[in-house]
Amino acid sequence: MEHSRRQFGRFAAFWFLLPCLAGLILFSIIPVFYAFWISFTDWDGLKPIDPRAGVPGFVGLDNYAAILAGEEFWRVLRNTLFFIAMYLPLILAASISAAMLLNRPYRGVAVYRVLFYIPVLTSWVAGALIFKSILSPEYGGVNDILRIFGIPGPGWLYDAKWAMPGIVLASIWKDMGFFALIFLGGLQGIDTDCYEAAKIDGAGVWQRFWHITLPLLSPITFFVIVICLIFSFQLFPQVMIMTDGGPIGATQVMVERIYRYAFSYYKMGYASAFSFILFAIIFVFTYLQLKLQKKWVHYDA
Amino acid sequence: MKGIERYWKMLAVCLLALAMALTACSRGGQSSDGSPSPSSSPSPGAAQPAESSPAQPETVTVKFTNFSASGDNEKVLQQMKEEFERQNPHIKVDIETLPFNDYFTQMQTRVASGTAPDAYELNYENFIAYAKKGVLLDLTPLFGNFDTSALNKNALEAFRADGKQYGLPASFSNVVLFYNKDLFDQAGIDYPTSSWTWADVNAAAEKIRALGKDIFGIYQPVQFWEFYKTVRQNGGGLMNDDMTAFTVDRPENVETLQHLVDRILKTNVMPTEAQMAGMGDWDLFKSGRLGMLVTGIWAFPDFASNITFNWDIEVEPGNKQKATHFFSNGLVINKDSKVAEAAFEWVKFMSASREAAMIRVEAGWELPAVTYEDVQQKYLQVTPPDNKKAVFESLDYLVTPPVVEQNAEMTDIINLHLQAAAMGAKSPADALRDAQAELEKRINL
Repeated sequence: MEHSRRQFGRFAAFWFLLPCLAGLILFSIIPVFYAFWISFTDWDGLKPIDPRAGVPGFVGLDNYAAILAGEEFWRVLRNTLFFIAMYLPLILAASISAAMLLNRPYRGVAVYRVLFYIPVLTSWVAGALIFKSILSPEYGGVNDILRIFGIPGPGWLYDAKWAMPGIVLASIWKDMGFFALIFLGGLQGIDTDCYEAAKIDGAGVWQRFWHITLPLLSPITFFVIVICLIFSFQLFPQVMIMTDGGPIGATQVMVERIYRYAFSYYKMGYASAFSFILFAIIFVFTYLQLKLQKKWVHYDA
Repeated sequence: MKGIERYWKMLAVCLLALAMALTACSRGGQSSDGSPSPSSSPSPGAAQPAESSPAQPETVTVKFTNFSASGDNEKVLQQMKEEFERQNPHIKVDIETLPFNDYFTQMQTRVASGTAPDAYELNYENFIAYAKKGVLLDLTPLFGNFDTSALNKNALEAFRADGKQYGLPASFSNVVLFYNKDLFDQAGIDYPTSSWTWADVNAAAEKIRALGKDIFGIYQPVQFWEFYKTVRQNGGGLMNDDMTAFTVDRPENVETLQHLVDRILKTNVMPTEAQMAGMGDWDLFKSGRLGMLVTGIWAFPDFASNITFNWDIEVEPGNKQKATHFFSNGLVINKDSKVAEAAFEWVKFMSASREAAMIRVEAGWELPAVTYEDVQQKYLQVTPPDNKKAVFESLDYLVTPPVVEQNAEMTDIINLHLQAAAMGAKSPADALRDAQAELEKRINL
């Protein structure tokens, strides 16, 4: 009796899960395995798949070898790392600062929280187009402000050196509200007793920030860094709309290449292999972070 | 333990059921030809009797997808469809118009999944890729008594591959030199003539540039579509004559690129990308700050209604010889179409009939690829520009772009290196040498 009831429970759960599970299997799991198989073929994305007719042709690891041996992969990886090197510290600083500001008991702080969150809800197309005009070398707002201080602004998206920083700027604006909200949650979880105790002991504002806020925020920081890195490796819409990979390929990144190979060069096999290399990179980075977190993340809040 | 096993069995059964449902769906979608959207296909098990028994002329529906009517010209296409359906009462055309930017991504997935429309539009640059991959129907067997002499020879030729006619040209367009007459008057120089060369253009451009800080002499983008043609004007070429090898780095081409880059970086008669600051070249011309613009005749409707100053056109100047652009959109038929004959009637009508051509000309929707005298006369009557016959004169110097199976990839490689030269990051010679090396490595001819 006991036994069969437990079994019934298991099946009941299964049937309730099925609607979600079906979607997940149909639209995520099957396509992932399918793409993995395609990555070992030379499929062009056009010919109907028909294994009996030899479409697509099996090429083994050729796609992977060609990607890793080519100069392009390393160049776009460098571009991505360049993006991360600027984006990650800036987004952490910006979103922690914003969270600290929004954590104060101002009157109408809820309004500010909404204002900070609006860019997150804005579509990337609109946001990127606005940034394109803000960063315009001759008529854009950013260079106008720089001009007030007598600094000649760079060509931003039209300059191979400054295009990626321009994209970083737009990404910070867009993502700051999202991460600030997560940090805000973390800040509100910190017990105010800690601060009071520190104050009594004579700790200043900075000391309290460095020795209480940051350590107690570290689980949130860890989560944000993991998510940020994944987002960064998947950098795509802002590049596509703001620079289209240019100028001179300075903002070509991995997902942009994958899209290009799959849908304009008709090399679906090659593009699939590229996606799995991207997956491997993200996996390795995330795994390393999980390993390293023991050294700096405090879970005892 | 047993519970888990049964759980997995259950899952496997569900997956199998799902897979079967899916295959059944797709088969159902294919067999019900002509029926509308596949999403609403009825219970797949109940096979319906085949609707298309070709014995008597029943009404058939041809699904047609295109991009070139998107924007302003959907009503013009509708006009063509109505005329066609009047002439062919047993054929209905089901038109779908997609924006150009999404078009080829969408088409690719549809063709691959076997849900391509019966007839669709392809531009010349993508045509070869589709033809070579064997997804298009050879139209020659359907010709019957169809007389191809009504069509422009170059345009018809463009949609042949491997000796087979896979498409008919719907429209074509070329590129001419647009100029701002008022700026020429201000600078006190004569208007361009059909005998102008690069040197004349540069001299005029410098005089116009001198009129003001924000006034530029000429805009001719440094990219593949301009470059394949300008090298021909200088006696060069991106590929050898039988298209078996790239010749991107030959001296005539380097000279050409130097000429184009000097305009930007040395004399600055053409704005840099930073000076353009995201403004389009058409907008620059329309704002009256640009003396000459090399662009396509599809600018006519826009310029005619939005420009207040005097402007005209001329055949594009060459150097050692003249060479002008050729762009064309063609109509093709899906290899697996169940209504290929009806689809061909529609394609033929849109491409070669006098009626469709007249509708096109009256609306100013590109240039029909037909040779009818009266259609051409009609075209000339619509002004501005006054010198519209330059459009037809330019046809004498048409050079077709090199088109390979990996066309988009080739174009991107060449553009990348041209841009490096245009921005001064590399010398023209280095840029073209690098382009040549990369093309040899990545493009199979």
